[in-house]
Amino acid sequence: MKADVNPKPVARSGPVVANGDVLLAVSNVSLSFGGVKAIRDVSLDIRKGEIRAIIGPNGAGKTSMLNVINGFYHPQQGTISFKGRERRAMRPYIAASQGIARTFQNVALFKGMSTLDNIMTGRTLKMRKGIIQQALYWGLSQREEIQHRRVVEEIIDFLEIQHIRKTPVGKLPYGLQKRVELGRALATEPELLLLDEPMAGMNLEEKQDMSRFILTVRDAFNTTIALIEHDIGVVMDLSDRVVVLDYGRKIADGTPAEVQANQAVIDAYLGIPH
Amino acid sequence: MGGHHLSASQAVGSSMSGSGSTPDTTPKLLVRNAREFADRPALRHKDFGIWQTLTWREFSDLVMTFAIGLRKMGFMRGDTAAIIGDNRPKLYAAFAAVQSLGGIAVPIYQDSVADEMAYVLAHAEVRFAIVQDQEQVDKLIAVSEQLPKLERVIYEEERGLTAYDHTRLHALDTVLGLGRKELSVNPGAAGWWLDEIAQGKGSDVSVMLYTSGTTGRPKGVMLTHDNIVISARNGNAFDRFTPDDTLIAYLPMAWVGDHIFSYGQTLAGALCLACPEGPETVTEDRREIAPTYFFAPPRVFENMLTRIRVRMEDAGRVKKAMFDYFLKVADRCGEKILDGKPVSLKDRLLYRIGDVFVYGPLRNQIGLSRLRVGYTAGEAIGPELFRFYRALGINLKQLYGQTEASVYITLQPDGEVFADTVGKPGPDVEIKISDAGEVLYRSPGVFLKYFKNDEATNETKTPDGWVRTGDAGFLDSHGHLKIIDRAKDVGRLNNGALFSPKYLENRIKFYPEVREAVAFGHGRDYVTMFINIDLVSVGSWAERNNVSYASYQELAAHPRVYDIVAKRLDEINRSLAEEPQMAASQIQRFLILFKELDADDGEMTRTQKVRRSFIAERYAPLVKALYDGSGKASMSAEVTFEDGRKGTLSGEVRILDLKTYPAPAGVMREAAE
Repeated sequence: MKADVNPKPVARSGPVVANGDVLLAVSNVSLSFGGVKAIRDVSLDIRKGEIRAIIGPNGAGKTSMLNVINGFYHPQQGTISFKGRERRAMRPYIAASQGIARTFQNVALFKGMSTLDNIMTGRTLKMRKGIIQQALYWGLSQREEIQHRRVVEEIIDFLEIQHIRKTPVGKLPYGLQKRVELGRALATEPELLLLDEPMAGMNLEEKQDMSRFILTVRDAFNTTIALIEHDIGVVMDLSDRVVVLDYGRKIADGTPAEVQANQAVIDAYLGIPH
Repeated sequence: MGGHHLSASQAVGSSMSGSGSTPDTTPKLLVRNAREFADRPALRHKDFGIWQTLTWREFSDLVMTFAIGLRKMGFMRGDTAAIIGDNRPKLYAAFAAVQSLGGIAVPIYQDSVADEMAYVLAHAEVRFAIVQDQEQVDKLIAVSEQLPKLERVIYEEERGLTAYDHTRLHALDTVLGLGRKELSVNPGAAGWWLDEIAQGKGSDVSVMLYTSGTTGRPKGVMLTHDNIVISARNGNAFDRFTPDDTLIAYLPMAWVGDHIFSYGQTLAGALCLACPEGPETVTEDRREIAPTYFFAPPRVFENMLTRIRVRMEDAGRVKKAMFDYFLKVADRCGEKILDGKPVSLKDRLLYRIGDVFVYGPLRNQIGLSRLRVGYTAGEAIGPELFRFYRALGINLKQLYGQTEASVYITLQPDGEVFADTVGKPGPDVEIKISDAGEVLYRSPGVFLKYFKNDEATNETKTPDGWVRTGDAGFLDSHGHLKIIDRAKDVGRLNNGALFSPKYLENRIKFYPEVREAVAFGHGRDYVTMFINIDLVSVGSWAERNNVSYASYQELAAHPRVYDIVAKRLDEINRSLAEEPQMAASQIQRFLILFKELDADDGEMTRTQKVRRSFIAERYAPLVKALYDGSGKASMSAEVTFEDGRKGTLSGEVRILDLKTYPAPAGVMREAAE
């Protein structure tokens, strides 16, 4: 054994960075659309610096939960507190300006715009110059644009998408579009990143790449990440804690190992005779 | 066999070595460039979307800082350091830094899997590994237990690595920081570094390049500074490269070609080397840089042409008509104009117009608008493909080289370019052909030996310095070398004439209708051939000509398909008749196989090479029929379907006779001797 002589990575298991501070808490939230109850009295918290997975069978309310968190849906009951401030409901623009960014289950990019421009739109909230200065462009606006372009180029470098910098995203394969979408979310320099099925429809290699990016985003920028994912292998490897929803209810919450051993989770996934 | 001796130190070499003796190691070349070409660009690199330039002085400073940092970490004279990653300025600096301390650089293919890497790292007794990124670090960690001698791993890109244990792992910036600190506290550090370089000798080993042999483990080819420096200087002199020339580095650094072109020749001639942003951006980056010197294996040129064709399909009608018309003009006179041969005034004018509207924009699209010299090598290039580029005014040439020769064995001089030869012996290179037809060479680039493998060294290199190439070939009437096959695959016809199956097969495979071919003739009276048609190409011909068919087998047996193939083979026979060594190899009979040769049936290797002996055995009745004069033969063969099921295909095939042409007088006898 030469283990001591050669470089070894630090073990990755367990909440490495999470220091226990709750960044976002959802308390007793219920959401219904007419008679359909999408979420029933669910509470969960996301701690600073952790990778938090939300899993569950189809229709369990995962995406609804993300939509509640970033203010797209307004729950009928319950509260959401982000960075210590409690609200009845989030608003999308407040969420974005306070540091919550997200990607969507069905990629929501500007198809006709290039990768570069799409990621640049992520900087919108950081632009400080007014419309008149922007229209004049030269001078302050130009300087500001150069600064933003630098940030965008760093993201392009980080996600290894230099070769598609100027390609309209509509022409890109799905896996790359997902990456561009992640890039746009990163461009807002979020504190909390919500990823809705970041690996759907990807092949093994693309999944590995995406996993690497997610881990690095957390490690390098200390970004907190909440993700919905169907690939259970990925979820168990990546996340620090997992919450399981089924028919809008929370049925389990804990470390990947705990959740895997939970009988209610096994029943929800495999089905039980009624 | 006469070797060509050209003086090596023309052009760049002599004009630059004014002060003191000629540099005999790569670090000495670097020091000279930093002195004489201080503010000229040495390296360009696209970073965050913008091209950045390093001058020779800056590059030299980078190397010095890096080297001093390495010494601070314990790197000593004679140590080996692995270098793994894409073509990046800091990794090229790593070569120079290691060599300036009297170390040996061992570049490794960046796409090798961990186990292959482990073999090379252990065999080369590597103490330091300088790598690009997390991907490479992860591979090294995976095999670290097999590498007790590996002490330190230095990485360039930090991404993803911050959480790793850094006891033996270091960021390249940390190493540079050590160097910078030493330079600031120790005023003698820079002088010390120059002294280290001065201690280096031309006979020192500078680099070990592992060649992936077709069989067995890779061998470490040890090349000295003399090998690299003299070969690079000769290469520069041959094509008259000057510090105004630019090339783009995109082929693996572990490959001898990149080491000589991008590293050796850049240093020897103070050329400018451009490093692309990443492997996927090469095409666009090449367009922006527009290199004057470019090397690519045939497949790269093939891909470029395919892309042009596909894009022309989408072009408007006017553009398409212009493209087609002017390509015809170029095909008629482009090559002659390039070679400075007489062309009619009308064609000359048309070519000028075509240059403005078609050729120029095309060259610009593929990033070769400023190209002065382009080389292709590695495998045979299709004559059509080769001519296409030359007709556009691109000075594409062929060369023949090996790792053991520090690349250069033969090259095509300007104006003496033929699609089917690999050129004349390079400066200072001698060539001879053994009795068995094998090509041997002797040159200043000849490697020292294989590392820790005397047996292989003795098999390859004679005591008086000749190296066996393992390739069979001959010198044609212009003094150009023609490579025909691997030496071990070359056989003899019963009349004693040389028989090279691959040479013949490649000739027919250049026609789009033919996908595979298998030639027979060793130990026979004459040459015969199996043909596999290309379903896509022949299928589309059939569609256009209202030939209906229900299966591959039916199409393959169609009389008109036979006619097409017979016509192609006839063209080949005609040209074979004019080659003294090959006239006896004219194909006398052939048949078209009723099934496609397939790796699943063991007829091809997984890399799509035909397995001739296996095929000869499997289709023995057909081979027999080719030599007993019968007009047809039938047999059945077992086939494996994609899903693993097996079935039998049986069929009757026709055998056609072909016309042969008389060789020029005296040729047959000469060849048979």
